[in-house]
Amino acid sequence: MEYLGLWNYWAVIILMMTGLYIVIARDNLVKKMMGLAIFQVSAIMLYVSMGKVTGGTAPILPPGPHHTVIYDPATLYSNPLPHVLMLTAIVVGIATTALGLSIVVRIYEAYGTAEEDEIVALDGQEQ
Amino acid sequence: MNAHLPVLLIVLPLVAAPLCVLLRHRTAVRGLAVATSWVCLGIALALLDQVQESGLISYQLGGWAPPLGIEYRVDLLNAYVLVIVASIGAVVMPFGIGTDEPGIREGQHHLYYAAFLLCLTGLLGITITGDAFNVFVFLEIASLASYTLISLGQNRRALTAGFSYLIMGSIGGTFILIGIGMVYMMTGTLNMADMALRLPPVLGTTTVLMAFAFMVIGTCIKLAVFPLHQWLPNAYSYAPPVVSAFLAATATKVAYYVLARVIFTLFGVAFVFETIGLQRLLMPLSVLAMFLGSVAAIYQSDLKRLLAYSSIAQIGYMTLGLSFASVFGLTGGLVHLFNHALMKGGLFLVVAGIVYRLGSSTILDMRGLGRKMPITFAAFVIGGLSLIGVPGTVGFISKWYLVLAALEQGAYLIAAMILLSSLLAVVYVWRVVEVLYFQDGEDEGSELRDPPLSMLIPTWILIGGTIWFGFNTELTAGTAAEAARMLLGVVQ
Repeated sequence: MEYLGLWNYWAVIILMMTGLYIVIARDNLVKKMMGLAIFQVSAIMLYVSMGKVTGGTAPILPPGPHHTVIYDPATLYSNPLPHVLMLTAIVVGIATTALGLSIVVRIYEAYGTAEEDEIVALDGQEQ
Repeated sequence: MNAHLPVLLIVLPLVAAPLCVLLRHRTAVRGLAVATSWVCLGIALALLDQVQESGLISYQLGGWAPPLGIEYRVDLLNAYVLVIVASIGAVVMPFGIGTDEPGIREGQHHLYYAAFLLCLTGLLGITITGDAFNVFVFLEIASLASYTLISLGQNRRALTAGFSYLIMGSIGGTFILIGIGMVYMMTGTLNMADMALRLPPVLGTTTVLMAFAFMVIGTCIKLAVFPLHQWLPNAYSYAPPVVSAFLAATATKVAYYVLARVIFTLFGVAFVFETIGLQRLLMPLSVLAMFLGSVAAIYQSDLKRLLAYSSIAQIGYMTLGLSFASVFGLTGGLVHLFNHALMKGGLFLVVAGIVYRLGSSTILDMRGLGRKMPITFAAFVIGGLSLIGVPGTVGFISKWYLVLAALEQGAYLIAAMILLSSLLAVVYVWRVVEVLYFQDGEDEGSELRDPPLSMLIPTWILIGGTIWFGFNTELTAGTAAEAARMLLGVVQ
């Protein structure tokens, strides 16, 4: 049962392999891009799940009087840092996907297709 | 002011990039980009000077103390790499000023310079930061900018080249991210110096082993170590020529720096080379890269593609130096960073000049051009000699240290391989020289001549550098040797 206890990592691995498989196996460039996005999301899930402390609550300090916050050392909090890091990683992921898809649009305009095998064939004819 | 130099080096190009987009005016944008790159070079040189005089510089961003805050940490190694990146940026940026940039569409110049400056920001940022997650962020800034720059090429294949680099590069970047995450799990810190202190007790765990594998493979994709080099030949062949010059001279060098940091600073020599035995994998792959890269270069019909394959071989020399894990080997690898940046940057600028005049980089189209464009092709010949490693050029210095490192460890076979693969470089350089000087062109009367001075001067700065630093090795080999000693923890 030890391995099932790490189910969050299994979920991450399944997502990661799904993404990587799509990138490798699909010829359609848009699908490739989506595979890449799934692959990147798996890394984000890895970080998010590692920040969870068993029995820990959300790392939010309740407001006290006069704009102060109440800090109770007895409370166990989850680690907020990985979540914050992932905000940046999400932005990076969006930028990558947006750039990738816009290159796919340009490829479609230039070749008239977004299928990798047809593009390779078109490039081959040129030579 | 002096205390804030590390952050200015990053902030200036980062701010200049969106300004370029806003300015739009061609001359203004060019002036801004060139001025920024020159200021960056000045700052990088000042930092190297400071480090050599007073040792490690630690800059705390926003005054938050490390390990919680982000720290820019400049030691001899990254000061040296910063100088390489900034000087290539400063030489390449003004290339062809006053003419049409070869290979950039009309009306896209401000976007081109913005992407160029962002790429420079990213590369400098990766090098200067002492925070592991910051490395990932800057890596993606540099990578996204370079995908854009590559797909700006005029041939439609530039788009597919940019796309496959995007796929490979993002996988590499995500691998590095996963690796950093796993180290963070085990150490609870993102500051690299702090990580290095906290890693030793947990080095044997599976998580750290996996983290090491993810980080090394991720950086090797970015570095284009054989057999992870598939993205490189297309990317360098179809990108605008100036972009190829910049990326070939800087992007792989910064990836090499990250690899050296991960191996020597983060995980330590004992773990990487004794427990894991990375050299058993890296050394054969480097030798294979040296041979297969050079052989592939021999069979290319396009000059840019030839140089791209030769880059794969040259990266083989650098990783070979690293895999010796000795002062001589690492010095050879590090000095080759600088030397290869000079010669490959110079050679790609030669090609950029040719493309500007000839409109093509096919070798057969250049028959007899050696006599019509003498200054350009003299630069090519010197750069080629340096690729081979002829004494008096920088290529010789790098290979000298590598052979010394091989002999020191009794690896006579490897030493022989280094010399043999140099002979292959003779073949591919000679093929081009023969076409240039000893074959007659079809249209003898054509008006081809050397490109304008604004292209010749940057080219000759780099090519002249390959001779200058072939004799004056104090700045390059001296600094590289000191950095190597620092990484290996050897006291003089």
